[in-house]
Amino acid sequence: MSASGHQTQGHEAQHGDDAPHGSRRGYVIGFLLSAVLTAIPFALVMGGAFTDTRITAGLITVAAAIQIVVHMIYFLHMNTKSEAGWTVMALIFTAIIVVIVIAGSLWVMYNMNANMMPHMMTETGSGGM
Amino acid sequence: MSEQTATPPGAENPVFYDVEDHPHPPGASTMLGFWLYLMSDCLIFAMLFAAYGVYGGSTAGGPTAKELFDLPLVAVNTAMLLFSSITYGFAMIATDEKKQGATLAWLALTGLFGAAFIGIELYEFSHLIHEGAGPTRSAFLSAFFTLVGTHGLHVTSGLIWLAVLMVQVARRGLIADNVRRLQCLSLFWHFLDVIWIGVFTFVYLMGVLR
Repeated sequence: MSASGHQTQGHEAQHGDDAPHGSRRGYVIGFLLSAVLTAIPFALVMGGAFTDTRITAGLITVAAAIQIVVHMIYFLHMNTKSEAGWTVMALIFTAIIVVIVIAGSLWVMYNMNANMMPHMMTETGSGGM
Repeated sequence: MSEQTATPPGAENPVFYDVEDHPHPPGASTMLGFWLYLMSDCLIFAMLFAAYGVYGGSTAGGPTAKELFDLPLVAVNTAMLLFSSITYGFAMIATDEKKQGATLAWLALTGLFGAAFIGIELYEFSHLIHEGAGPTRSAFLSAFFTLVGTHGLHVTSGLIWLAVLMVQVARRGLIADNVRRLQCLSLFWHFLDVIWIGVFTFVYLMGVLR
């Protein structure tokens, strides 16, 4: 606790210069990377590049993941040093919760549908997942 | 024993040390606090994404994502938000360089792109509702309207905040308080663009693939 207190002290002494700064170059790089990483998934889906949609789905997921990192670095100016590392810690914590919420929901609800509502799925033909 | 506790050394003239003492300039913790708000906002969107993931295929015999979504329109919308992100970036650079006029101009441009985004989204929503694909049609459409609508509401709040900040910068200039507010809105605005990456990938593109 005292160690982080000292870090905070040194950190806040120079607070005026510590706010997240971007450069024109950084924003332009981030913009161009984002434009490419947006164009690729739209082109893949709209052009129907792969007959197997699972390949397309995988590729657009990868493109989205990379673009989120690009935005984090070039637009949100994330780094491990800002606010003595607390922003990154909060981000990692949030990412873990997000993964648990989304993956857990899909997993549980898929099994609910598969195991408990077989008759409903055949009745409507479109129920469940 | 009572003799020992009677007068400990220095008891008559105690001196206290605050080992945790450090300066608290106004607004020093604002950025971290705002970041924590954004992370909690992220959890709201995570739940809405999870709901959409669960209900995405539950069309109740109604129209499917593939039949409804107009990808060229979504591509234009995505471009609007991306343009608004880089123009906000340039507004922040102008702020760093203490150029008030340039800051206001870039902010105005950001507002225009943001308004275009909201306009296109409202057009899309009204089009869907007109086609009988409103939020009450199926679980899929309920989840879709909730997720995309929540994002749209965030962008709308961002636009209102942007307008208020433009008035404040125009009246008071780029004082420390205004710069801090601009930095908060910067985080908010770019964060919404990050959420939109998830929306166009997992809602629109995956929806058409399904």
